Amino acid sequence: MSQELKRTRLYQWHVDHSGRMVPFAGWEMPVQYPTGPIEEHHATRRSAGLFDIDHMGQITVTGPDAEAYLNRLVTWDIGLMVENEAHYALMCYQNGGIIDDVFIYKLPGRWFVVVNADNLTKDFQWMQDHAAGYDVTVKDVSDETYMIALQGPKAIELLQNLVPVDLAGVSRFTAVETEVEGVAAIIGRTGYTGEDGVEIFFPADRALQIWERILSAGPEKGIEVQPIGLAARDSLRFEPAFPLYGHEIDADTTPLEANLGWACKFDSDFIGKEALLKQKETGLTKKLIGFELTDKGVPRQGYPVASPAGEEIGVVVTGLYAPTVEKYCGHAFVPPEYAKVGTNIRIVIRNKPKAAFIVKRPFYQPAYRK
Amino acid sequence: MNLDANAKYQDSHEWARQEGDLIVCGITDHAQDSLSDVVYVEFPEVGASLGKGEVFGVVESVKAASDLYMPMSGEIVEVNEALEDEPELVNSDPFGAGWMIKFTPSDPAQWDALLSGDEYQKAVEAEG
Repeated sequence: MSQELKRTRLYQWHVDHSGRMVPFAGWEMPVQYPTGPIEEHHATRRSAGLFDIDHMGQITVTGPDAEAYLNRLVTWDIGLMVENEAHYALMCYQNGGIIDDVFIYKLPGRWFVVVNADNLTKDFQWMQDHAAGYDVTVKDVSDETYMIALQGPKAIELLQNLVPVDLAGVSRFTAVETEVEGVAAIIGRTGYTGEDGVEIFFPADRALQIWERILSAGPEKGIEVQPIGLAARDSLRFEPAFPLYGHEIDADTTPLEANLGWACKFDSDFIGKEALLKQKETGLTKKLIGFELTDKGVPRQGYPVASPAGEEIGVVVTGLYAPTVEKYCGHAFVPPEYAKVGTNIRIVIRNKPKAAFIVKRPFYQPAYRK
Repeated sequence: MNLDANAKYQDSHEWARQEGDLIVCGITDHAQDSLSDVVYVEFPEVGASLGKGEVFGVVESVKAASDLYMPMSGEIVEVNEALEDEPELVNSDPFGAGWMIKFTPSDPAQWDALLSGDEYQKAVEAEG
């Protein structure tokens, strides 16, 4: 199996720096470095963390019908977006099930769509299958595009040393086309950790140069920065309640069930809209909730959720020890009657029901919303 | 590999040490390194009688849950309650403050069947 896994251009760097490589979404990626996931999590919230996320896919959409075409495919109304804006959206099947969650950038002359590694093939196929009748060019540019993220309260200050533009002028959820160390790059003031920071896209053959330059620029300026693996990436995205495909969202889950109605614009005629409108009328049968354990134990994906009376009512989709909020907690799907904040439930850990209750999401308020 | 010269081992990565009439038990430095950050340890009830090789608890790291096995048969007399608030002691001091249980061995002769440090090291190396 392992020879079938893809490797990013930083694979050898990760190995040389004792990154623990694991299979993830068809790639061999670092799950952690020697400092360990909890310290990596804290370092990102405290200062800055650098993430190799080149496994993620990028697709460009160009042509006269690009906006009309893309607007049909995603739940957000991209007609509302201004140039250089970035926005979160979902791609849905006709039945409302989620194909993927994506970040859309409206760049000068093109739309730039960032998708999950695991879903790239399926997303690209779906986009091509729905291009008939539109004058558009849809291109998978994942191979030639490198993607990294620099996240944390010191991320902007650090990166400012390497770019010619004033990053203070690049507000949250916007992007700028510029250079990093003389290399052409798209910098998005985006990210998936709940911290301020950026995601950077640049020609893939410059991966090592940019990666090492960011890591060396930190200490030069007295800014702590370190590489962050997938384990900390997961806890960092969980605390601010960002969904991860295969956990909070999948083909059997609709945006309404996953609390992502805010990412759907019902004035816009997107694929899946009718199913979602119908679901609004008939009501939900499951709803995504956050829970916290009062008994001790570590919840994990797939563990059953039970009512206090012992009836199985749902399933955990993300469960962990959350390092910043210092709680054993998670996300689960339960029937709406159990979804109210404060409701007592049980998480069944190795056949033992552990007391838990529904809490308000997110567990951690994103720094840029405070 | 860090080992405790006073301890004996078993290939499921627990160490055992004699303390008066009791046996103290935890997981090895190699085990904590493989598991990575420990976030919770589930203990047996004090007073429980468990046989050699029986599961006495579970150690939960960020990514996985792993069973813990009795190195010898015995009755649990104490569990390390400090780990409830500071499970990271298992990572920082696996042979010391990160100990897990103390028990009264019911068959002290089982001690002789445990692995020496050298034997354990060879077993780990054979695991690859």
